Amino acid sequence: MSSEAIGSATKPRDALAHVNAASWGKGLNILARITRMNFRHPWQVTFAIGSTIIAATLQLSIPQLLGRAVDQAQSVFAGGAAGAVAEQALWTSALLLLAVSTLRGLFTMSQNYFAEAVGHHIGYELRLACYEKIQRLSFSFHDQVHSGDLITIGMLDLEGVRMYFSTGLVRAVLLFMLIGIGAYLLLSTDLVLGLLALSFVPFVAWRSSVTQLTLRATWLDLQERLSVLSRVMEENLGGIRVVRAFASQAYEMLKFDRASKNALDLAHERVNIRVRNTSAMTFSFFFSMGLVLLFGGRKVMAGEISVGTLATFLTFMTILQMPVRQIGLMVNSFARASTCGSRLFGLLDMEVAIKDAPDAKPLEIENGTLRFEDVSFAYPMAAERPILRNVSFEARKGETIGIVGPPGSGKSTIAHLIPRFYDVTGGRITLDGQDIRDVTLGSLRKAVAVVQQDAFLFTTTIENNIAYGDPWAHEQRIERASGYAQLHNYVLGLPAGYKTVVGERGVSLSGGQRQRLTIARTMMLRPSVIIFDDSTAAIDAATEQRIRSAMRQFAKDRVTIIIAHRLSSLMHADQILFVENGEIVERGTHEDLLAKGGRYKALYDLQVRPGDEVLNEYGEAG
Amino acid sequence: MAQGHAGELEAERNDVRDDGRRPPRAVVGSHRIEEEMFGRAFDKNIVKRIWAFVKPYRAKVYVAVAAVLIFTATQLVIPLIIRYAIDHGMALGGIDLLPLFIACGAFLLAILINYAASYTQETVVGKVAENVLFDIRRAMFGHLQRVSLSFMDKTEVGRLMSRLQGDVNSMQEFLETCVLSVGDIALLFGIVVVMLWLDFRLGLLTLSVLPVLFIVRLFWLPRARNAFMAAHETNSVANGALAEAIHGVRAVQSMDRQQVNFVLYDDKAHANLKTHLTAARYAQVMVPIVDTLTGIAMAVVIVVGGSMVVNASLDIGVMVAFLFYIQRFFDPIRSLTLQYSVMQRAMASGKRLTDVLDVKVDVQDKPDAKVLSPDMDGSVEFKDVTFGYNPKHPVLKNVSFRVNPGETVALVGPTGSGKSSAMALVHRFYDVQQGQVLVGGHDVRDLTQESLGRQIAMVLQEPFLFTGTVFENIRYHMTDATREQVIEAAKAVGAHDFIMTLAGGYDAMLEERGGNLSLGQRQLISFARALVADAKILVLDEATANIDSYTEMLIQKALVKLLEGRTGLVIAHRLATIRGADRIIVLQNGQLIETGNHDQLMARGGLYSKLYNLNYASFDDIPEEELQASAQSGSTT
Repeated sequence: MSSEAIGSATKPRDALAHVNAASWGKGLNILARITRMNFRHPWQVTFAIGSTIIAATLQLSIPQLLGRAVDQAQSVFAGGAAGAVAEQALWTSALLLLAVSTLRGLFTMSQNYFAEAVGHHIGYELRLACYEKIQRLSFSFHDQVHSGDLITIGMLDLEGVRMYFSTGLVRAVLLFMLIGIGAYLLLSTDLVLGLLALSFVPFVAWRSSVTQLTLRATWLDLQERLSVLSRVMEENLGGIRVVRAFASQAYEMLKFDRASKNALDLAHERVNIRVRNTSAMTFSFFFSMGLVLLFGGRKVMAGEISVGTLATFLTFMTILQMPVRQIGLMVNSFARASTCGSRLFGLLDMEVAIKDAPDAKPLEIENGTLRFEDVSFAYPMAAERPILRNVSFEARKGETIGIVGPPGSGKSTIAHLIPRFYDVTGGRITLDGQDIRDVTLGSLRKAVAVVQQDAFLFTTTIENNIAYGDPWAHEQRIERASGYAQLHNYVLGLPAGYKTVVGERGVSLSGGQRQRLTIARTMMLRPSVIIFDDSTAAIDAATEQRIRSAMRQFAKDRVTIIIAHRLSSLMHADQILFVENGEIVERGTHEDLLAKGGRYKALYDLQVRPGDEVLNEYGEAG
Repeated sequence: MAQGHAGELEAERNDVRDDGRRPPRAVVGSHRIEEEMFGRAFDKNIVKRIWAFVKPYRAKVYVAVAAVLIFTATQLVIPLIIRYAIDHGMALGGIDLLPLFIACGAFLLAILINYAASYTQETVVGKVAENVLFDIRRAMFGHLQRVSLSFMDKTEVGRLMSRLQGDVNSMQEFLETCVLSVGDIALLFGIVVVMLWLDFRLGLLTLSVLPVLFIVRLFWLPRARNAFMAAHETNSVANGALAEAIHGVRAVQSMDRQQVNFVLYDDKAHANLKTHLTAARYAQVMVPIVDTLTGIAMAVVIVVGGSMVVNASLDIGVMVAFLFYIQRFFDPIRSLTLQYSVMQRAMASGKRLTDVLDVKVDVQDKPDAKVLSPDMDGSVEFKDVTFGYNPKHPVLKNVSFRVNPGETVALVGPTGSGKSSAMALVHRFYDVQQGQVLVGGHDVRDLTQESLGRQIAMVLQEPFLFTGTVFENIRYHMTDATREQVIEAAKAVGAHDFIMTLAGGYDAMLEERGGNLSLGQRQLISFARALVADAKILVLDEATANIDSYTEMLIQKALVKLLEGRTGLVIAHRLATIRGADRIIVLQNGQLIETGNHDQLMARGGLYSKLYNLNYASFDDIPEEELQASAQSGSTT
């Protein structure tokens, strides 16, 4: 990445910040949008909700059946019907109860399964959409947004949206059925007893909602504190040599303890919040039950209700207890889906800054001439600070252009503009006369390849890494490219050869080996323009020399642009551009520029005669 | 063209599966090398080790266990109270309210105890589990500060982090589970006992469904667990691929791999969908089974219990109590089988944790270790030092040299010559196998590591910065350094100017590992840090990577400043640095082959002069074959 881009990355990342201020109305819009997504699976949604309604109805009939059975048993005892009849009535109740239980189980299974299935399908669709979007969003977006934030969206926020159907919507239907119909049945059976039996509902619903929302807020806070702790640990372990070199283990333990205590305190507080409320909720439930027992008992004595009815009330209460406690989870699910959704949709709705023009045609290369015509550029985040000003040059097939200049001068930006990682803000870049903004992005990027300075290696085999841009390439081509990049012999020396896994979780390569691999992978693309963006810095001069001679044949058919600090890397170029403050201040061949005695000459002296005299001269001059 | 390519890709993808054509050399993400997730459910040694961490809290644990037992007892007693109320306090037309009031009073008492017990148990367990978690983590972190660097060298940071996070967290889960299991087992036994006590025959009949559930669950558990693990695994695979797409997005776009990747990712996401649906089926299939068994148990109570009530051989209240118990007694079985998996996971994690805690500490202070005085002369001496990370393959063989106070010595030699090892020995990162390393005239093994570290400032090849401000980084751990000292040091090494251009100056936050600075800038900050540490001896490993010429010049100047008045041991790569040294020591294959100043070595015509005459700006630029040629001719002369 260029140092210019780093400058803009430190800007506040407000690209996604607006979503944090999600208002109520916006929250509802998001929930509606997720709901609409769910309904794109109409059959599964219907099965899930239908099963929920049937399962709830069946569950509500269980207390009635139990109560009836109790009454049947008792009425006989109280001298009612004859033994045989009573026996039969009990059998009927028992079988009915068994059937209802089994059916309820089946419908609950179907409810849960289809609710999950809808969620997983949504999750699948959103995963693909996220992946696709992240792959397409242009460099300027990725410069501004931390990769950690994108990972959070793609993993955690996606989960929040996925879970909304089963933990939010379906649960809402279930709760509505159980509490609504349950309350109706209770109240219509006996108003006073019904009110007593339901008296715990408002309190528990309120407490559980508040608790869940508080726990959620503190959870986010806790994650924040834990991530500080992990950072302390990770940096300590990564920089363990520095820690030991300064004998600062005690200081590091202090840092650890501070972060650790910070997190532990909150974890304790969360235990308190949770326990205070769950215990209180249980107590209020049992207290209502006690009231039902007391008043119900007196009603039984007074003959107003039967023991069976009392049993019905008590069983109803046990059935209602769980769902009422889950109101908090439901509220939490809505809250979570709405914040997660706003972040996720914020990403999915993001406009892709660099994409094909509506009438874009594939790039057609004949002569392969690259032209910069008065190109100016500024990063979108810092429009007032131009990085390039009126840069013009031309490069024909077979030519090599060297670009040199102090850090921050805009050299790397030139490399980033040609494959349209960023769009120019003034002037134009053409390839064989076609403005690169008028051709398809795919064809342009096949034609223009950049060997990045600090290239990303994928965690896979060396072979796959080299063939990254051309996965169907023949083995020989891969080996040839690797040979050009002076990597072949090294690879053959590895136990698994080209099948050796490299990257984050594989064999670690040295900086020079990584750069050679990157060069090989870029050569596989057979581009018309190849750009080396300070990509040989970690390769020793001699190996670089060998790579260059190996590539001589390769360079004949294309434009080569070399950006480097080390002059020996680009002295041989057909044209050398010295860039300073976004402008080309000197141009010509190596000999021209030396004869001119300007900035290039000064730099040359510094690198070739690194004596104290030159250091001082340059120090005073620069 | 893009369209055509996608079409071709689609065809390719289908063809591969049908007619076995060559698949693309392409993957997204990587298959995680998943660690053993489940161990044995119980491993005595591991439990013993974990218990050592719980022990400080054992009084609380006993309280929690007592509370959980009391809590279980109240749960068992509540249906009994209801039964008493029904049978004794609700006679139709009865006028004696006393039994009902007694029942309700007992009920109130029971739920108050229930409240207190559940409050105590959950609070105590929750907090103790958190404490133990943090204690284990602290013990491991502290241990890692002391273990040998060779262990740290060969262990990835990511791996250690997953010990410190994932594995430690599963310990917490384990502790909470243990206490809950006690409660569940007690509840299960309690229900069985109470039912049998209320009515032996009816109890036995009702409980006959329990073994059925046990057997069903035994069959179900291993299969379900495989399904859950598959879901878990495909999830991390898909997430890994997403993370790769995010980190590698620039490479993906510059090689136009979006379409190929999308298709490959679709495979992973789809596998994830399928395994999750399977897992959901396994999870849900238990629901109708449990409900049917509950139905059977209730039917038994109604038919058998009901006819017993009809025959007046059973109180109606007992029947109601039975119906209550039935609704409860599947819960403990369900949670016990889940807890079994938690135990297994905890054992696997516990094993990995104890592995880390058992890593040997090689370098330790002697009991009578001396403090290295700041007034020592600052000399460094190697006496016949032999050392190897693996003692069988020494990287330094019989090396002897002395660096006099205030002298700057450059260590020079090809890669693998032992330069870096020599530097690490001065700081006693490792212990020598033979010979002695003396600092200020003392064997480093006789000194405390803390005092030795205070007198040696080290600058590593890869400057490592911590998240925090520039100011904090420069005065790293010298927390008593003032702002003036820090600024003075930064000015001395030439870092002041660029620091002032950062937003916030010295208070500018550095991103992770100083990502917002260039390598050269990070190097300068690490120089300033060494200057603030103000040690008698400076050990420096010069950066090899190419730094732009201007910063390079600043670094060269800073180096002169840094070495002023100090004993310097520099692993030098650049000729400018080497020539500036008072003396040069040339190492090859772990042996000291030449020593002297530049002119002496040139006159001698050995390896140094040969290397120098090849005319490379840095010794690391010299290609392997020329180096070998020089070395050979060097050894023959």
